[in-house]
Amino acid sequence: MAAKHNITVGVTGLNNIDSPGPGIPVIRGLKESDFFEVRVIGLAYETLEPGIYMSDLVDKTYMIPYPSEGKEALYTRIAQIQAIEHMDVIIPNFDAELYSFIRLEPELKRIGICTFLPTLTQFEERHKANLPEYGKKYTVNVPKSIEVTNPSQFEKAVKELKLPLVVKGKYYDAYIAHEKSQIEGYFNKLSAKWGLPIILQQFIKGTEVNVIALGDGTGQTIAAVPMRKQYITDKGKAWGGITLADDAMLNLTKSIMTQTKWRGGMELELVRDANGKLFLIEINPRIPAWVYLAVGAGQNIPEALVKLALDIDVAPYQHYDVGKMFIRYSYDMIVGIDKFEQLTMTGEL
Amino acid sequence: MKIKNNIAVSESGFVFDPSTGESFTLNKTGQEIISLVKQGLDYEQILNSLLANYGGEKPLYERYLVEFFEELRNFNLLEE
Repeated sequence: MAAKHNITVGVTGLNNIDSPGPGIPVIRGLKESDFFEVRVIGLAYETLEPGIYMSDLVDKTYMIPYPSEGKEALYTRIAQIQAIEHMDVIIPNFDAELYSFIRLEPELKRIGICTFLPTLTQFEERHKANLPEYGKKYTVNVPKSIEVTNPSQFEKAVKELKLPLVVKGKYYDAYIAHEKSQIEGYFNKLSAKWGLPIILQQFIKGTEVNVIALGDGTGQTIAAVPMRKQYITDKGKAWGGITLADDAMLNLTKSIMTQTKWRGGMELELVRDANGKLFLIEINPRIPAWVYLAVGAGQNIPEALVKLALDIDVAPYQHYDVGKMFIRYSYDMIVGIDKFEQLTMTGEL
Repeated sequence: MKIKNNIAVSESGFVFDPSTGESFTLNKTGQEIISLVKQGLDYEQILNSLLANYGGEKPLYERYLVEFFEELRNFNLLEE
């Protein structure tokens, strides 16, 4: 067997909590690569992100500034880390940080760090608030959505969308409002956490299904695996899922990839209604937290993404195992205070 | 009447629909009926086979068999 290529990869999203970030499953995919031998540098925002303490997966972790501090602060910190760690690739895994990383792509490249991210246009046009235009442009069924910035707009939106409707945060979280009175509570909760606007969306009754995919930026789909959530937490997160044989979902994914020339990982959140019609509810512009299911089903998306970032040829995956399931679990780690102290005081562990 | 091509039925009576990810379990009688459907028998032939094997009242068998096929239809497992 050929020797593996030694590389160093920076990964964010180490928050393996009840609403898990994709960092740890991404790292598991990388560690299982037959092509790369990966040293993982964790990039964390919070001192209690569990991945920081998973020393079998994360070789070293550094704290980085919140996206709200701006891209200059982020660049300065990444450059400090780069002087020590010589990262080849960074995989950002949070929606909220993607804007900064996309904007920093040329600067990062200059200091030797490759990324493989959507363009700013691709990133912007799939925003929840832009979904109706997206549906028209790419001929995709989408639920009606209305962007709101204050409660005076609720009345008109309810008339148009009917109840129940979905109240969605700018980046994350969604609640179903069955009565008009619930909308304002959810609006306040979501706007306090994620800012404005809030999106009110038509509720489509049906089965939630998702596709994880990777586009090479030329219109080619490198990987795509459809999944149905089997167990959903009260936060709407999949705690169990199963891969599906579904040509309609794969064709929709390929159509979106071809038309948009998507670059990077993505997740399509879909609902199939009682008539079998698929509605696109949301596009997440990054690898989702259930990526390890795709790895287990035969498509190592993190490995393929790193190859694309490093300009290494990647053949599109043609197969995945249908009927593979993931079952998530929680696990308590015991950590000495000295580790926490070191991270808190020095910003690295 | 035919079970959809992509539906997997194991010897233990576990049924898996790969297009929806749904799974079902069959009891011994259900397994026998599915096996007869897979052999290409139609409704009447299945009914007669069950009667011949177990005896009893035909209307009772008809009722349960209709209900069973209705369930298969509801779960989108049949190709007709």
